[in-house]
Amino acid sequence: MESTIVKSVDYNAYFGDNHVVKNVNIDIPRNNVIAVMGPSGCGKTTFLRGINRMHELIPGATAKGQILLNGEDVMEMHPIFVRLKIGMVFQRPNPFPNLSIYDNVIAGYKLNGIKLPKAEKDKIVEHSLTRVALWKEVKDSLTKKGSFLSGGQQQRLCIARAVAMEPEVLLFDEPTSALDPISTSTVEELFHELKKNYTLIIVTHNMQQAARVSDKTAFFYMGELVEYDETKQMFTNPKDTRTQNYITGRFS
Amino acid sequence: MASNHVKYRIGKSTFFKGLTILLACACVVPLIFILIYILQAGLTKINWHFLTNLPKPVGETGGGIANALLGSMIIILVASVIAIPFGILCGIYLSENKKSKLAYWSRLCVDILQGVPSIVIGIVAYFWLVKPMGGFSALSGSAALAIMMLPIIIRSTEETLKLLPDSLREAGFALGLPFHRVVLKVIVPCGISGILSGVMLSVARIAGETAPLLFTAFGNPYLSFNLLKPMQSLPLLIFNYATSPYNDWHDLAWGASCILLIWVLALNIFTKLMTRKWKVQL
Amino acid sequence: MESSVDTNLATRPNDNLGRVVSLKPEGTVSTTKRIKRSFRQIRAEKVFRRTLIIVALVMVALVLGIMLTLVYESTLSIKSSGIGYLWGKTWDPVRDIFGAYPFILGTLLTSFLALFISIPFSFAVAVFLGEYYPEGWFSNLLKNTVELIAAVPSVIYGFWALAVLVPIVRSFESKIGVEPVGLGIFSSALILAVMIIPYAASLGRSMIHMVPSNLKEAAYSLGATRWEVIRAVIFPYTKSGLFAGVLLSLGRALGETMAVTMVIGNTSLIPKSIFAPGNTMASVIANEFTEADHPVYLSALIELGLVLFLVTVVINMIGKKMVSRFTNE
Repeated sequence: MESTIVKSVDYNAYFGDNHVVKNVNIDIPRNNVIAVMGPSGCGKTTFLRGINRMHELIPGATAKGQILLNGEDVMEMHPIFVRLKIGMVFQRPNPFPNLSIYDNVIAGYKLNGIKLPKAEKDKIVEHSLTRVALWKEVKDSLTKKGSFLSGGQQQRLCIARAVAMEPEVLLFDEPTSALDPISTSTVEELFHELKKNYTLIIVTHNMQQAARVSDKTAFFYMGELVEYDETKQMFTNPKDTRTQNYITGRFS
Repeated sequence: MASNHVKYRIGKSTFFKGLTILLACACVVPLIFILIYILQAGLTKINWHFLTNLPKPVGETGGGIANALLGSMIIILVASVIAIPFGILCGIYLSENKKSKLAYWSRLCVDILQGVPSIVIGIVAYFWLVKPMGGFSALSGSAALAIMMLPIIIRSTEETLKLLPDSLREAGFALGLPFHRVVLKVIVPCGISGILSGVMLSVARIAGETAPLLFTAFGNPYLSFNLLKPMQSLPLLIFNYATSPYNDWHDLAWGASCILLIWVLALNIFTKLMTRKWKVQL
Repeated sequence: MESSVDTNLATRPNDNLGRVVSLKPEGTVSTTKRIKRSFRQIRAEKVFRRTLIIVALVMVALVLGIMLTLVYESTLSIKSSGIGYLWGKTWDPVRDIFGAYPFILGTLLTSFLALFISIPFSFAVAVFLGEYYPEGWFSNLLKNTVELIAAVPSVIYGFWALAVLVPIVRSFESKIGVEPVGLGIFSSALILAVMIIPYAASLGRSMIHMVPSNLKEAAYSLGATRWEVIRAVIFPYTKSGLFAGVLLSLGRALGETMAVTMVIGNTSLIPKSIFAPGNTMASVIANEFTEADHPVYLSALIELGLVLFLVTVVINMIGKKMVSRFTNE
């Protein structure tokens, strides 16, 4: 079961001349929740966005090295294929404001012009919304615009949207930082469910969250991967002094 | 002494406030005069006959402006068909490539084009289309008007799309959408109200343009549907008949002015009201 | 930006057997559809990107083309009249003498007179909407109405001026003892003044809106009256913005054709006073372009267009630069 799904080899990312991710080597096992934590500006989000090649959308951004998905280098693949296999959820919920809740869930199909039979669409919508524990709340208002939902619901809708594409890996970029505590715990509970089917990589600046939800934790500092280990191990017995300083709150 | 001085200053302040209000409201007076005058002079001329008949030769009363109405519609339609897709695509390019060199030059050219007097556009259209094609034509008029529409459409598209949050594009890309789908299925639909308002304003703007048509569409006293032949348009008709010495023709011109005015103002007001309704709540 | 397409991908099935797939049946159907689809998408994406670049290039080419066409078509006149064209006082197509001075003078006179008349009004609107009453139904109404002034077609302004304004000016002229023609520079300037009010007004309004309130409050706290705040804080702060608005108005006035053509009187003589008839560059082109019967004549008219083009472009560019510098500060 512990087979590697994502592996980075000497991955480097830059914004212009600014070297933000330095020589990251990491093995991410399938069906695990990986937390990526570190102080702000440590390159954790950039690394995450590098995995599904969102990084290069920013003008001036470049990357070197390899990111292997099932042994295949995503840097050699067309970004569209990469992103179909690696879904992403953002810091702020960003449902499409012009689409209904229903259409938001199947947005990946609809906006791509993929025609599916109605029954299949219904199935995907119900299934995806059920997975994110949103089905019961919205099943009677599927035709309403996604922007009418609360922040937490919107974020779960965005997760459903990613899940509907049946990716292998789901990336979360500080998914709860814009949410209230109750919505946060709902989303966190989801992670346990979702990891049965997907591999989750979660960037968070919240140590408690990392400790709560993840199986393994990676600690980034100044663009480097300082330490990567079982979460329990990391929080009880960190090997690197920088990690120790961070988790004991000696720098923020 | 001191209190007198303060009183004087307060009085001065009040005086200038009054003056400002007076002058500001006075601006509207000519517009209201013009509206009332033209409605008075024009509305009585408008009837079914006026809308569906051709102008009569000098000396005969009656006659209508059917050729100009249809001509205007055809010329504007063709101009829109040329300018709208081009303008929107150019606006998309500018908003998607904010910093590229080509965007800089292209934006500069849009700025320049916006300031070019319409008569100059007419001259250029004459040399690009009328002369090579061997005669005045509705098509050349449409091309001239299309050039005038471009800056308005491009600018409003660019400004609208620039205001959309990046998170929308990222949501699209993260679902594996290709660039063109992100733009056409996500970004453009979310900014549709701004884009449409630019399009409608540009149509309103060219509906009353005369100068670029003088040497292109040229005008035609008869009904014509041929894009390669001269065609009448409302503003041309107004210009030609208003500057003629005949009263009957003046009457035609008043009726035509009234229709043109209502058309243009209605487009403007409609745009203002509708953009609020179309607006996608972000 | 995007790297080249991995063409092997289609032949490679989705061989990730390790994962637990619960949506298996419909999942596989949609996955194959997705992949097949994606190859077409990648090609379409390239086409789309290329189209956008072409469109932007065409935009540049369009404006360059306009400029080059004007230059090319006026070379004949530039060669025959030389630089003296600009201050030649006679315009006589029959004798092939082309001096643009009467029209340049006419253009400057009408435009600056119009600007002079319109500035108090447009500034009043700007201050009214920007400072005194930025909100409320009345200021909304005023704002929208002033914007409508710009929407009325110029041929309608011209027609109305011909029918209403010119007789009024004529009686005014006979009262003050100048030759009562009615048509002429003064009438053109009046109607132009109305037409250009919105340009300086709306720009001025947005500039005045941008004055930081702490600056105004500082002045108020020192006991300044409303007017003193406007004069000592708002005007100096928005100086460049207001000036840019005036420039944009001027650019508009210089190029305005139809309304002016209809009421200026159309004579190639040098105007003796502001009540005399004359011609502007734009109105000469409008009147004589289709009558120009020999190449030098036509070329001389196009040279007028070239001058007009260059002047309005320069004025507009300066205005736009000032606005963007102001808004970036």
